[in-house]
Amino acid sequence: MSQVSIRKVVKSYDGDVQAVKGIDLEIEDHEFVVLVGPSGCGKSTTLRMVAGLEEITDGEIWIGGDIVNDVPPRDRDIAMVFQNYALYPHMSVFDNMAFGLKLRKVPKPEIKQRVDEAARILDIGELLDRKPKALSGGQRQRVAMGRAIVRHPKVFLFDEPLSNLDAKLRVQMRTEIKKVHQTVNTTTVYVTHDQVEAMTLADRVVVMNQGVIEQVGPPQELYHNPGTRFVAGFIGSPAMNFLPCRVQNGAGGLTVRVGDSMVLPVPPARKERYASFKDREMILGLRPEHLYEYHDDSKPGVARVEAPADVVEPMGMETMVHFFVNGIPVCARVDPATHAVPGETLPLSADLNHMHLIEPETGRVV
Amino acid sequence: MSSATTTANAVAATRRRHTRSLASQRRWALYGSYAALVVFVIMFLIPPFYTVMTSLKTSAEISAQSGNPWFAHNPTLSNFIELIEMPDFQYFFMNSVMITVVTVVVSMVISVMAAFSLARMGFWGSSTLATGVFLTYLVPASLLFIPLFQILGFLGLINNVWCLALVYPTLAVPFCTWIMIGYFSSIPKELDEAALIDGAGYVQMLLKIFIPVAMPGIIAATIFAFTVSWGAFLYPMAYLYSMDQMVLTVGIISDLVRGDVFQWGKIMAASVLAAAPPVIIYAFLMDYYIAGLTSGATKG
Ligand SMILES: Nc1ncnc2c1ncn2[C@@H]1O[C@H](COP(=O)(O)OP(=O)(O)O)[C@@H](O)[C@H]1O
Ligand SMILES: [Mg+2]
Repeated sequence: MSQVSIRKVVKSYDGDVQAVKGIDLEIEDHEFVVLVGPSGCGKSTTLRMVAGLEEITDGEIWIGGDIVNDVPPRDRDIAMVFQNYALYPHMSVFDNMAFGLKLRKVPKPEIKQRVDEAARILDIGELLDRKPKALSGGQRQRVAMGRAIVRHPKVFLFDEPLSNLDAKLRVQMRTEIKKVHQTVNTTTVYVTHDQVEAMTLADRVVVMNQGVIEQVGPPQELYHNPGTRFVAGFIGSPAMNFLPCRVQNGAGGLTVRVGDSMVLPVPPARKERYASFKDREMILGLRPEHLYEYHDDSKPGVARVEAPADVVEPMGMETMVHFFVNGIPVCARVDPATHAVPGETLPLSADLNHMHLIEPETGRVV
Repeated sequence: MSSATTTANAVAATRRRHTRSLASQRRWALYGSYAALVVFVIMFLIPPFYTVMTSLKTSAEISAQSGNPWFAHNPTLSNFIELIEMPDFQYFFMNSVMITVVTVVVSMVISVMAAFSLARMGFWGSSTLATGVFLTYLVPASLLFIPLFQILGFLGLINNVWCLALVYPTLAVPFCTWIMIGYFSSIPKELDEAALIDGAGYVQMLLKIFIPVAMPGIIAATIFAFTVSWGAFLYPMAYLYSMDQMVLTVGIISDLVRGDVFQWGKIMAASVLAAAPPVIIYAFLMDYYIAGLTSGATKG
């Protein structure tokens, strides 16, 4: 019974600025939910309201079947891991982890047993006598997680726990966090601005923007079926290409016309869906991996386009080719064996079966 | 040779000249600081040295015109022994210790709690109040002693040594509070939040997190409160007159100087004894004071 419900929650600072503008979110027991969004979108504020560190201006928050709006943090049965770890500098690693249990008058032998168990999960058994200042960043991060684990709380809250680590350690700790969750299986709300972290960790990703939830869904779902232009552009790296376009009737049915030169056929499966947007200014969204080196296999919905390469970035497994269409930068992901040279025209296949059509006024993906 | 090499040589030469001048500047700066330090050390250490020497001399040796006055030729502890056996001196010492202990404890309890609430609880007007506390400290003590005299007179505490236990905290608390606000404010906010989530209330947060983490600040403030109380001269001078109520600073002067008779040996021995507690306490606390305790709390 450790679901978290966020119902029509609003947070305004000083009465006027709304940091969170009425969000709804149901988090299941044992679920790992990641709040992701650009800096300042209200992720931390949301998390801190769940923790009880920030008052809720309006709405309700429920944890495990109880409304907690007026419950202080210590009685919410949650544990939080902070971006800067917030270890108690004067206490040993053991005491850092045991502090919350001591305050709750857990018997000594049980404290020891729980700390040892957490230390084993996190592989910090040898560090228990050290002070935080004698630990590396990654070790401090583990201790901070250990402090949360020993409490056996209803909910884990993480606020950008990996942003202070270097890139390599971040990937390693990411796996670690996933492993810990698989071991202890506690309901988790995790905040990050890094969409890769969100995709890799989450059962469900919550994309936030300017104080509202843009979309909620499993990572693959958000990736393949973004609901808004914001989500389409935020999830995925390199980001989705966006080109202003016009849906028109052309030879062989409905087409998407980009500028004057490029006319692309709408795949048969989408024709009905897009028919009502005929003759309107729209935005075409296409991920770089759906723009690849030309194959002459005339699959339906795949069109040949040509563009002079501007920058070529070999990455090993793949090569990114950047070019311009009507002055708008576009990125294609091609096989590394492709002969791509800056300045030379490169034939590409655009797989419109994966296209997204976006209404510019609302940002809605149609 | 190409012009490139010439340029390279010129650059290297410039760099060498530059390094040399930096090194020599650094050397001169060191000479200068050592010279200044030596002057200061001599200036500050001569009086205590002379005090100790004089305290070890007999009255005859002190008044003798011959011999090197910088050394005690027949060192004796008689000044100390006579002094310790004097009932008045025992009063002075006990009174000083009592008042100082009470002052330090009272001042620290008040200022730590005040600083914690001003730095962390963020209630309405807390920042104005914090500024106000500091402004209080700026009022010179010499302006306060007449109004304080009236208050103590009203309370019937004139010539009662305990009046100092009332007066000294009013001098020590503002500054100690101000020091502690500074230390508490430097503790990352997440530490409170972690403690709150771990289940601590404000009292536990203060006792188990803030006080240990701000220990260097606590020690600095303690030393300050100690000094205010132990070394004060004006207030005991103004408020106390009988010997059994007197404290060390004023007592030594008024008891051992009778008319124009200065009992130099005993005055110096008393000074040595009076200076001993602060010296011992400073030496003991300095280690803690210097060791920074906040490192490692956050990413640092
Ligand atoms: N204590 C505060 N007072 C006023 N505004 C705040 C406060 N904390 C956050 N905000 C504002 O609320 C918005 C959301 O902040 P936050 O939740 O921290 O964003 P993030 O998604 O980066 O974690 C930001 O615009 C920020 O400026
Ligand atoms: Mg944040």
